[in-house]
Amino acid sequence: MTAAVDHKPTVRQTDAKPVLDVDGMSVEIRTINGTVRAVNDVSFTARRGETLALLGESGCGKSMTATALVGLLEPVADVVEGSATLGGVDLFQVGRAKRREMAGTELAIVFQDALTALNPLYTVGTQLAEPFRIHHNLSAKEAKRKAVDLMTRVGIPQPESRLNSYPHQFSGGMRQRLLIAMAVALNPSVLIADEPTTALDVTVQAQIMALLRDLRSEYDMAVVLITHDLALVAEEADRVAVMYAGNIIETGPVSEVFANPKHPYTKGLLNSVPVNARRGDDLKSIGGSPPDLQAIPEGCVYQARCPLAREVCTTTRPPLDTVQTGRKAACHFPEEVSNV
Amino acid sequence: MSSGIDLVPVKPTTAIVGEPGKKRAASKWFQMLLNDRVAAVAAAILGFVFLTAIFGPMLVGDLATKIDLDNSNQAPFTLAHGWANFLGTDPLGRSMLARLIVACQTTLSVAIPAVVISAIVGSAIGMWAGFYRGWRETVAMRVADVIMSFPSLLLAVVVLYVFSPSAANIVLVLAITRIPVYLRTARAESAELQSRLFVDAARTFGASASSIIFRHVLPIVLPTLLTVATLDFCYVMLAESSLSFLGIGIQPPDVSWGLMVSQGRTYLHTAWWLSFFPGLAIVITTVSATILAAWARIATDPAQRWRLTVPQKRLSRFAKTTKRI
Repeated sequence: MTAAVDHKPTVRQTDAKPVLDVDGMSVEIRTINGTVRAVNDVSFTARRGETLALLGESGCGKSMTATALVGLLEPVADVVEGSATLGGVDLFQVGRAKRREMAGTELAIVFQDALTALNPLYTVGTQLAEPFRIHHNLSAKEAKRKAVDLMTRVGIPQPESRLNSYPHQFSGGMRQRLLIAMAVALNPSVLIADEPTTALDVTVQAQIMALLRDLRSEYDMAVVLITHDLALVAEEADRVAVMYAGNIIETGPVSEVFANPKHPYTKGLLNSVPVNARRGDDLKSIGGSPPDLQAIPEGCVYQARCPLAREVCTTTRPPLDTVQTGRKAACHFPEEVSNV
Repeated sequence: MSSGIDLVPVKPTTAIVGEPGKKRAASKWFQMLLNDRVAAVAAAILGFVFLTAIFGPMLVGDLATKIDLDNSNQAPFTLAHGWANFLGTDPLGRSMLARLIVACQTTLSVAIPAVVISAIVGSAIGMWAGFYRGWRETVAMRVADVIMSFPSLLLAVVVLYVFSPSAANIVLVLAITRIPVYLRTARAESAELQSRLFVDAARTFGASASSIIFRHVLPIVLPTLLTVATLDFCYVMLAESSLSFLGIGIQPPDVSWGLMVSQGRTYLHTAWWLSFFPGLAIVITTVSATILAAWARIATDPAQRWRLTVPQKRLSRFAKTTKRI
């Protein structure tokens, strides 16, 4: 098998301190047709100075995970189990005041759509100053000065004059920079980036990812990168957690997981990246479609599309077990995956 | 804090339209007003109406109550009976012009407080209800429904019969009956806004609910509420005139535009000017307020503001010609 992208030559050592520890988190959505489990028993840790990628296709629960962590779940959705420990505090148990205090200073998020994430009525200077005004009680003038620093930091040219511009006067890439600036304003320990570059073209995407990387090392943040882009994960992430139908089905260092996947779904994803494809060739894909969240089968969530599926897969759900040092996979036959 | 970001040639940002530069904010707004001629005229008229309301009664207060039965129901547009009677006289021979000026103060001192109070109370409750949704929304909306389904004139009649029909009571009754209008508008907009991404973004860096309402909801709802308020201004003036007509509104010898309209109604076939001029005053004031509100709507929207930075005829503004810009 060939991976689509070059792997980083060195794997970062996992001696970094874990800052965010998510343990057994489940999110349920109440619908007219009953309760749907959108995220099921998800556990991961994010470490300082490291990027963890949550990888998965649309509707697999990766964004829902992020939304639950930053406390923006719609009223119909609830975290029903599990904990997320950040700075010694469980995000799901903590009181509202403390939660607000942590917002921005401990945990921040960069949204995908930068235009709608900025208020169209305020100049960007005012908006960038808002976190400082809320948390540090700075005067408008001081906060504006901080905003200029931030804009310089995220690479917006002529920050003093752009301070009084409105969001619609910026390009998509610049807007994303502004969002990132707002997110890192208060120096959070964990930065969640929810598909930060999906709406951008490839060159701008590279710039934004470079910026995130720089900020990560400068502020010693943990970055949780939520994406469906395999190449982006291979480029940017240190570790990856692959999600399918609300479950994490494989985790481990990116280079190892991509070089030698231990779950047939990961393998299928990697195989579907066109390599050396010629015009007229059929593109490889995983047959079938993800299960309806209302009717997740007993047993393995991936059984319907899995080439390795057999009797046991339909009755017993494989736990996320260690398959190698630092690697886990939720498959009954992890050793056979390389034969697929 | 210079960085190690490899600044790969940064994509040039979109053209900066209407860059404010160092100009003072006040003069910027004034320039935008001048660029919209119709709005400028409306502002001038409103300014004139306000000045009349404040200073007019001091100048012509005596004339408005001076009865001169020899000159009753004189037709307007002639100086034969003196400049004060240029707009005609009423059945008691009082100067229409002077009465209009005095009535201007009474009318505005009832209509403006009533509109302001109902707008502030209604929008505050509406935004609060829409932002939190849930039981707050349900309670607020049901109360609004109750107020709306109860005939407002009946409410006014009951209240004003029980209490004395003073200006303060009239303001209060009118304010209460108009609260649901703002409440419903504000709730609908706020309920939509609270699910917007920039509100979520504000939450993720710890903005409190009240600061989100003030900083992110109110500024966006405000232009709509302003438009509703200017339209309601007209309604309140007419409601006050109905109350006056029923004898529980403004009490003679005080006079308001609405009262003048209803008093003149009995003379419509012989002396049209008795109702026409106060009616015209109501229309001109309301239309001016509406035009100014429409201007304010554009001027407060950063994405639309450019329309007011290019001087051009109002009509061509919405035409699809890019030539002028």
